[in-house]
Amino acid sequence: MKIQLLFFGIATDLVGENSIFYELKSAETVLDLKKELLLKYSKLKNIEEFAIAVNEEYAEDELVLKENDVVAIIPPVSGG
Amino acid sequence: MKNADVLITSEKLMVQDCYDFVQDASCGGIAVFVGTVRNSTQNKTVTLLDFSAYEPMALKEMQKIADLALVKFKIHKIAIHHAVGELQIGAVPVIIAVSSAHRKAAFEACEFAIDTLKETVPIWKKEHFEDGEVWVNSHP
Repeated sequence: MKIQLLFFGIATDLVGENSIFYELKSAETVLDLKKELLLKYSKLKNIEEFAIAVNEEYAEDELVLKENDVVAIIPPVSGG
Repeated sequence: MKNADVLITSEKLMVQDCYDFVQDASCGGIAVFVGTVRNSTQNKTVTLLDFSAYEPMALKEMQKIADLALVKFKIHKIAIHHAVGELQIGAVPVIIAVSSAHRKAAFEACEFAIDTLKETVPIWKKEHFEDGEVWVNSHP
């Protein structure tokens, strides 16, 4: 199953990408994906924590991903 | 009638635009918060801040804050404007303006909006120093 991954803030610098198409290995939920991404991009461990947004909404760990979802890696925000 | 105005722009933010949006004959006051770029953080000299946003989602989150403020407080209108791109010392990354019949609600809603924005809206700032740069809030 293919999704689009977006990286922002420090995650862009750590991963070296803004946006990629990504084939899920075995991940079904947001939590699975987080674990998968930490294996694939070990530098993401340098961030204290990150949230996931699916289709422009913050997603809970239990959310099940679907084909063509747009999934954003949201490091701690610092606007204002 | 539209009671909320949210904006993300790489242009200079204008206090007057926010003021004009919220201003109304039924209101007894307008509270305006203007965020400005400070020249130092933790005793280090800041040269500039670089703001980036997940813009479509950030606009949605800003709209949620505005809608929630309109429900939670007795206010008339609210404007939330945020800038992206490189901002120099003294420049304005954020403006929030709130109008209400009575001042207390406007003050409270204004504080609620900026506090919540800093927690939920997907916007990031990179601080540039004379000897390097760092993403704010991102390191353990």
